Amino acid sequence: MPSLGLFLSQLFNGLALGALLALVASGLTIIFGTLGFVNFAHGALFAFGAYAGYLTYQASGSFVLALVVGAAATGVLGLLLEWGLIRRYYSRPPEDQILVTFGIGIVIVESLRATFGGLTLNVPQPSWGNGILNLHYFFYPVYRLQVLGIAALALFALYLLIYWTRIGLIVRAGIEDPLMVRMLGIRVPRILTLVFGIGALAAGFAGVVDSPIVSVAPDVGSRVLVESFVVVVIGGLGSFPGAIIGGLIAGEILSLTSMINPAYSDVALYAAMALVLFLLPRGLLGTEGRI
Amino acid sequence: MTRGTGGRALIPEGIMMVVLLALPWLAPLLHVTADVLARSLIWGLFGLGFDILFGFTGLLSFGQAAFYGTGGFVAAWLLTSQTVNSVALALLLGTAAAAVYGLIVGYISLRRVGIYFAMITLAFGEMSFFLENSPLSALTGGENGLPGVPPPGVELFGHSYTVASGWPMYALIAAIFFVGYVIARRIIRSPYGMVLRAIRTNPRRTPAVGHDVQRYKLSAFVLAAVYAGLAGGLLGLFQGYMPPDAFYLDTSGQLVLSTVIGGRGTLIGPLIGAFIWIDLRDALQQFPALGATWKLLFGAIFVLIVTLFRRGIAGEIGALLERRRRARASLRAPAATGQRLAPPAATRERVRAARPGPAILEVQNVAKRYGAFTAVADISLEVREGELLAIIGPNGAGKSTLLNVLAGDLEPSAGRIVFRGSDITREGVIEVCHRGISKTYQINQLFPDFTVCENVEIAVLAHTRGRFRADCFRSLHADRSRRAKAEQILDKVGLLPFADHPTAEMSYGEKRRLEIAIALANDPKLLFMDEPLAGMSPVERAEAVQLIGALATERTVVLVEHDMDAVFRLADRIVVMQNGVLLAEGTPEQIQNNADVQQAYLGGVEEHEPA
Repeated sequence: MPSLGLFLSQLFNGLALGALLALVASGLTIIFGTLGFVNFAHGALFAFGAYAGYLTYQASGSFVLALVVGAAATGVLGLLLEWGLIRRYYSRPPEDQILVTFGIGIVIVESLRATFGGLTLNVPQPSWGNGILNLHYFFYPVYRLQVLGIAALALFALYLLIYWTRIGLIVRAGIEDPLMVRMLGIRVPRILTLVFGIGALAAGFAGVVDSPIVSVAPDVGSRVLVESFVVVVIGGLGSFPGAIIGGLIAGEILSLTSMINPAYSDVALYAAMALVLFLLPRGLLGTEGRI
Repeated sequence: MTRGTGGRALIPEGIMMVVLLALPWLAPLLHVTADVLARSLIWGLFGLGFDILFGFTGLLSFGQAAFYGTGGFVAAWLLTSQTVNSVALALLLGTAAAAVYGLIVGYISLRRVGIYFAMITLAFGEMSFFLENSPLSALTGGENGLPGVPPPGVELFGHSYTVASGWPMYALIAAIFFVGYVIARRIIRSPYGMVLRAIRTNPRRTPAVGHDVQRYKLSAFVLAAVYAGLAGGLLGLFQGYMPPDAFYLDTSGQLVLSTVIGGRGTLIGPLIGAFIWIDLRDALQQFPALGATWKLLFGAIFVLIVTLFRRGIAGEIGALLERRRRARASLRAPAATGQRLAPPAATRERVRAARPGPAILEVQNVAKRYGAFTAVADISLEVREGELLAIIGPNGAGKSTLLNVLAGDLEPSAGRIVFRGSDITREGVIEVCHRGISKTYQINQLFPDFTVCENVEIAVLAHTRGRFRADCFRSLHADRSRRAKAEQILDKVGLLPFADHPTAEMSYGEKRRLEIAIALANDPKLLFMDEPLAGMSPVERAEAVQLIGALATERTVVLVEHDMDAVFRLADRIVVMQNGVLLAEGTPEQIQNNADVQQAYLGGVEEHEPA
């Protein structure tokens, strides 16, 4: 039987991982809710953010700056992708939208590989994240706690954006009825570009935050992509609260089962997804509308 | 799709055989090795199943590596552990294991469609990789894979020969690929295959004409797993080693890329696509600086092809040839546009209102609610054998919802529906269709990729074959009665001269009539029609009214329509709905003079709202 200390520290690991997954998945879910398709390039954007952050960190030595630049660069890449390519696909069949984002993802990842090589790059923790905290029952690395805080703050910012701003109102209305939004005279194409940019920004931001923990490699996003798919399937695609709950559930499943037997932690995650699909095909908080 | 005549039907198989036989002599001239060809053929075989699933049925799976790996590792483990000594038996068992796994994964992932299906299959693919990599690593070798897979042997004239690598191995794999190709061609050209194509073209109408779409999808998923499992088994034999990367997400992705670049829905597309990337990879590896860029290039080609040439290489060439063939055919043949609509034979006299038949459909307290919103509150009515009952009411009254509930498209929240004495309340649209009820949709639900005649044939198929039949090896062209039946129905709606026209080229009014023709294929005893006149020109309307009148002489019809002239001309009896409940019921004369109805139409709600 694992000790209480180990259990608590894995519980915290699960929270930190879950918050990061929630952040990536909420980007995915906002894009899906508004644009109507799942962005298969989301993992690649995560990796892009990690590299952009890495470069900034190397050049400036400031991790905060790395966070800002990494997220912003990924957001801009998202805007350009939507504007240059993805908007041509809104009138095409859904499988073409999946295919093109999948292809874009490969091109981004392979460009990173061609530029930086395939080797793993270690990203040092920011100086303010060094050290280990004594939490009475267990010792815990400071940076992991900070990750939890940073991801929670970012999620809160996203929440404010969606529920308390004009753009968020339009986004939510667009999820309900895109045609009506257009008829109200709102310039939908611009909103769509912006939403894709915001979703990409969330992925890139998560990529930078995660980089000191998992280090950086071109393929770093593919696992995140699959796990965030599981998150939205569990939580319900298109639902922002669903992405957060699903993220936390997925994070805890991954870290708590790895305490018992690491070999089964990923398998347990997929088994949980299969179970949810079986009992609640729409996910925990899925909406009736789009399938 | 062209209607292949006996002789021409086997041309692709013939070409494939000639090419496979000629390659050992052609390849050296092009500096292509036997290994590159054999590897491409393994991917091609893998892709045959995937193309049936994606190209023909429209199900985009990102998890095919799960079955490729399963087939490969089961076969390799059986051989390396010497549980089984026969290579053929090991391949067979590996393929069977992949099929069983496909059945399980398919059953779960097909609970959702579209985007969800793609995401779920991707997740199951990853799960399979983790299973191979950790919990099962004692059997599979984990990250190391399984080395030492023995080469296949052949028994000839009492001697046993080992199939050496190089051209002998190519010959073995090419032979298996060829058999797989011939079988795949037969499958897609069977009635079963036609239903698969119908599912891709219109997943909503296919169940409504009586096909059990879920079982067709699951069987296609298992078929794809069978091809994947066999290809995986061959990979182990070919390399003498079973690599764990068979389970990688990259493997599933590479299959999708190859299929789309080569041409989805062509069967040879995956082979072409695989040959391109394997060749590209080998060519670029000659240059150390470029070695890793093959995938970048391949990804860029993929994005370009998806954006500009979505049919892929083989598909675009095929479409080009088809266009030229059509152009030549239309030069030779006189245009088939002589008469448009032959007037329906019989026009109906409204005589039976006075002597109503027994009830064919009893609707008892039916309601349909969506959360807090009530579309149909509480409806009870009877439809009598042989009558034409019209349901009218202002927009939003719940007429279309009621029709959808009665035809099995929607499950009611409450109430009971009895058709000829049997309770059909929760049977669903497929079963209801087989009982002899059908419905024409307010918005056309056609199969736009099919010809006019094929649109009706797909519905006739359900009528003659039932909910599901895996007649994969029957030729579609063996059965002439299907075509005859479809032509007979087309004649009824005046579309026979256009039988072989592509549906996309028909006018709106003609498509509207085709919509009706599809609904007639199950010889319905009870026909629901949801605003059949919507969007028609006055001339088309007059013709359609005549057609509906003629149809109603042979069966019971329930009509929802906003065109009051047509309703009062056609109906034996009229019910009026408002806000989800019945407002009035009676003969056209009674309804015309009903004060409540006048109030509903002229008082509260505008009559001429757009439909």
